[in-house]
Amino acid sequence: MNEITQALKNKNAFIGFAVAGYPNFEKSAKYIVDMANAGADLIEIGIAFSDPSADGPTIMNADQKVLENGSKTEDVFRLITEIRKDTNVPLVFLTYTNPVFKYGYEKFLSKMKSLDVQGIIMPDMPLEEQEAFINIAQQYGRAFIQLVTLQSGNRLPKIVSHASGFIYVVSSLGITGSRHKLSNEANEIVTRIKELTDIPVAVGFGINTYDQAKLFSSADAIIVGSALVKIIEEHPDDATTYLTEFIQKMKGARNATN
Amino acid sequence: MTKKGYYGEYGGQFVPELLMPAINEVTEAFDKYKDDLTFKRELKDLFDNYANRPSMLYYAKNMSKDLGGAQIYLKREDLNHTGAHKINNVLGQALIAKRMGKTRLIAETGAGQHGVATATAAALFGMEAEIFMGKEDTERQALNVYRMELLGAKVHAVTTGTQVLKDAVNATFQDWTKRIDDTFYVLGSAVGPYPFPEMVKYFQSIISEEARSQFLEMTGRLPDAVLAAVGGGSNAIGAFAKFIDDSEVELIGIEAAGKGVNTQQTAATMALGTKGIFHGMKSQFLQSTDGQIDPVYSISAGLDYPGIGPEHVYLKEINRAKYVPITDDEAVAAFEYIAKTEGIVAAIESSHAVAYAMKIAPKMRKDQQIMVNLSGRGDKDVAAIARYKGVNIHE
Ligand SMILES: Cc1ncc(COP(=O)(O)O)c(C=O)c1O
Repeated sequence: MNEITQALKNKNAFIGFAVAGYPNFEKSAKYIVDMANAGADLIEIGIAFSDPSADGPTIMNADQKVLENGSKTEDVFRLITEIRKDTNVPLVFLTYTNPVFKYGYEKFLSKMKSLDVQGIIMPDMPLEEQEAFINIAQQYGRAFIQLVTLQSGNRLPKIVSHASGFIYVVSSLGITGSRHKLSNEANEIVTRIKELTDIPVAVGFGINTYDQAKLFSSADAIIVGSALVKIIEEHPDDATTYLTEFIQKMKGARNATN
Repeated sequence: MTKKGYYGEYGGQFVPELLMPAINEVTEAFDKYKDDLTFKRELKDLFDNYANRPSMLYYAKNMSKDLGGAQIYLKREDLNHTGAHKINNVLGQALIAKRMGKTRLIAETGAGQHGVATATAAALFGMEAEIFMGKEDTERQALNVYRMELLGAKVHAVTTGTQVLKDAVNATFQDWTKRIDDTFYVLGSAVGPYPFPEMVKYFQSIISEEARSQFLEMTGRLPDAVLAAVGGGSNAIGAFAKFIDDSEVELIGIEAAGKGVNTQQTAATMALGTKGIFHGMKSQFLQSTDGQIDPVYSISAGLDYPGIGPEHVYLKEINRAKYVPITDDEAVAAFEYIAKTEGIVAAIESSHAVAYAMKIAPKMRKDQQIMVNLSGRGDKDVAAIARYKGVNIHE
């Protein structure tokens, strides 16, 4: 968990996202390492789910493709083993509750520890349902990343008190995917969180342009998901330079603000 | 419920943080109005004077005689306004939505019955309605799509995933996360995050509340068995609810086996499913060993769902209810049988329950009695059954 703090705190950090196994196992491993080499400070590894209900079309299509290729949870673990040969960048899983529940919470967290995956995000496990999982996550020293939204309101202090790793502020309503227009309302939430905790705060959902990367100057990090998946969708065989340029541009925007 | 939101270990609220405030708002409203006398009076008035309640308990004399065993009674939810039990739940939820100041109703639909009921309530209350329906279902239930549009609703054909009911549920939840302030998600079955399973049961319990006293009045005693088809489980939980404490009444849910429980083309969640967490609830699901939700199949769009309401799993686990599969072929045979014997065209969903009654009634004594919950009428299915039988008709 400390690796996450070190990677993000006061760093104008950039968090990338990739769907494990997309477009295929080999390329996926390579592109994740490329993202780390391009300067991503932390990478979220999506484990594909049949019904990714918090995700927009880009990530949904990638998930579907990966599952059609026959990818299993064990293949994702194999992918992490490959990646870990080339990079120490902090990693967190992003997936839905069911694949983790089915694998077994304890077995899954123990696996995360042995693979050196520092944390996990499960968008369909809200505060009300986290206790059992968080208890085990703590035993294994894995971070459970809390989500805060513009709607969280008076739930915020309680969410923050259960947070570890970093806090994920959801910038807007709806589902993942690039937005043409993005408001900077989330900055207010970031400020409120910072009054309550030292845990790094990241803003994500819909960020895909240079100007949008500059919007959330109060956050320790921005998270970009769909835009990176889109690059891989458009350049499945040779995404390296596109990913690298994009990440460097977005990091440049971050550094230009502070 | 054993602990708030849970039936044994099943239930809960597995939804994104983005939706929790909305879910809590619905919970508060439900808690407030479910015991509110004015609310209950208004709902009863709608039930009696708009939805045509109480629905009759009909003694199926011809069927009983022909099958030669237990006496068969049909709880005629098919005679409700809009033609199915779905209206009970929709009127209740729409009334809550109205009290909450919501102006837009959204809903998923499989067979289209729940969508039609929601469109109807929206028209009655002067609200907006948008209905999400798997593209495949819009094709096999084309008539209901037009009915919804006629009632002023906007129908979205869902093209993601397997393009059936589960995908319609995903799409409706997604829509809700985009627009929470003025929108109420009218969930159509006893599934999803708390409070939906409990709220749907509350409104559907009118079925067994009426049936229980109708049985006592007509026959002087309770039925020996209550049969209901199970998709998500709303008509079944409504038909079971007021009999749960009567241990002498056997409760039987009938799920869709599709082409058979030993094939891939099935929706028999209880026979073949395993524990999982999906669509906001911990329950039982048809899924891979990796926790990927399986595509499911049934001739019936309303039973074509990979999960089941959490309370049903609990009732099964404590041995209070049992769940049995019925195939497409058996359901279609029952669809034709009840039409010819009783002059009733029953929904293909309900025909699954009729099929099981046909199996067990002959083995029971003549002084025993079975209630079959006839959850809906079959007009919507006539064209699809004709196709299934290879009959070429022009719709
Ligand atoms: C007539 C009828 N019966 C049963 C069902 C199944 O739903 P549930 O299990 O929630 O009653 C449907 C669903 O569309 C229906 O239209």
